[in-house]
Amino acid sequence: MVNEKIIVKSVENLQPNIYLLKAEAPIIASQIKPSQFCNIKVSESYFPLLRRPFSVCDVEGDHIYFMFDVHGVGTKILSEKKSGDILEVLGPLGNGFNLNKKFTRAIILAGGLGVAPFPLLTKSLSDKDIHTFIGARNKGYVVEYGLKNIKAATDDGSYGFHGNVVQLIETEKKNVINDTTIIFACGPTPMLKAVQKFAMENNIEAQISTECAMACGFGICQGCPVHSSEEDKYFLVCKDGPVFTAGEIEL
Amino acid sequence: MSQPNLRVKLGKLELKNPLLLASGTVGYGNEISQFTDLSKIGAIITKSVSLKPRKGNPPQRIVETASGMLNAIGLANVGLEVFIKEKIPFLRDLKSTIICNIAASSIEEYVECTKTLDYEEDIKGFEINVSCPNVKEGGLEFGNNPSAVGTITEKVRAVTDKPVIIKLSPNVSRISEFAEVARAEGADAVSVINTLVGTAFDIWSRKPKIANIIGGLSGPAIKPVALAKVLEISRNVDIPIIGVGGIMDWKDAVEFMIAGASAFQIGTVNFINPQAGIEIIEGLEKYCRQNEINDLSKLTASYELPK
Repeated sequence: MVNEKIIVKSVENLQPNIYLLKAEAPIIASQIKPSQFCNIKVSESYFPLLRRPFSVCDVEGDHIYFMFDVHGVGTKILSEKKSGDILEVLGPLGNGFNLNKKFTRAIILAGGLGVAPFPLLTKSLSDKDIHTFIGARNKGYVVEYGLKNIKAATDDGSYGFHGNVVQLIETEKKNVINDTTIIFACGPTPMLKAVQKFAMENNIEAQISTECAMACGFGICQGCPVHSSEEDKYFLVCKDGPVFTAGEIEL
Repeated sequence: MSQPNLRVKLGKLELKNPLLLASGTVGYGNEISQFTDLSKIGAIITKSVSLKPRKGNPPQRIVETASGMLNAIGLANVGLEVFIKEKIPFLRDLKSTIICNIAASSIEEYVECTKTLDYEEDIKGFEINVSCPNVKEGGLEFGNNPSAVGTITEKVRAVTDKPVIIKLSPNVSRISEFAEVARAEGADAVSVINTLVGTAFDIWSRKPKIANIIGGLSGPAIKPVALAKVLEISRNVDIPIIGVGGIMDWKDAVEFMIAGASAFQIGTVNFINPQAGIEIIEGLEKYCRQNEINDLSKLTASYELPK
């Protein structure tokens, strides 16, 4: 974990409201694992006050990528960054996906901006058979950047399957699930709950990447609890997660 | 000019410099120690410890507000036993000065925690939290009541010879009354202020943004309030003050000292800049050199008010 000053190289639109920021960040680039995240100070002043957490979307040599949509003052500022701007970034934070498992097939389930960590995962799993399922509000929110073997679902049916991503995997499960499959999921909490249920019913391991409002990103503010399903206690999303196995937490 | 003297004295408590890390903003030190050499910090005030572990509040616990943040962590902590067994040795090895913050839901619990921890020679003092806005029992129920604050101070004082600091709530009309009670019952210092009670709503769902409904407001937004409370006590009560509330850099720290603080705590800034503590100490040294202040403690209450 370092507090690295990274240099913005470019910010491009992947969709009208979805951005991809590329920055030179040699230290974080050399350390980051899929679904670990960074806490970004979006301005030089203390406005806005808190850093903003984002998972690292992709890595290319010394460069890292962040994917985000504009939904508040922090992401608005980030979307307006120019080449050469400096950002203070704390990372890598948290535990990424556990890839030290025996599996041959990876099923990626992403809801909305939950696609963000998967380009890097896809790159890391070059020797695996990957099936990617993404869900979005509508066609304008579908992002396929850096993904492989994609099937998409949209809530309004404007692109791909009409419905959500868990409904989509239900229709496809016979074709894609085998004995050595692991699900990797990221997205809004209701979707992750549906993934937990799906994994349980089909007896498949699922690793889910959660999110929660947080201040520090490394365990000192205690702001991001997620309840354990086994004991009467909270984990912290930032430090114990953001990735948990489906059976480990109560969402 | 030679190296300015940053040492400060608060009652029985002597510190190598006036910068303390506020309770509940650095846990038990292990995470922040990756960024900050804790041996260089005046003291670390550990996360409130209670007799038994506390799970804390459900999410959402935190929300950003204008120049501040609301939190309702709910005093989540490991409890006294684990604190002694696991957390103190870690801080001892880092050679940091440990002040232990105690939270309780009864007067007996404050006394029992203090008594038990008094045997730990690595603990150099106690900060008594009578002002947490986020728990049902204890906390503000005590912090709003001068006679309760007096009783707690008296009973805690009776079981330890170590420095006792009372952390006061700003959610009262005359904070100097509380400081006076703490002084009269033998407290060495007061920490001023704890967070301000606040809330925030989501206008679309009409629900509170934090699960606990209310939370404690911290950050730059509360600095003017904290300064006014420090000044009020400084002008009315003869007790050392540890200023706390929205300090983001060395200039804010100097302002608190001028307003009457002998030492100060940084809290919310640790979440954003974990190196802030060291940067502030360096800033203070530079300020002293620039202004030919050989002893930083001379800044305390050096305000020049209109006649």
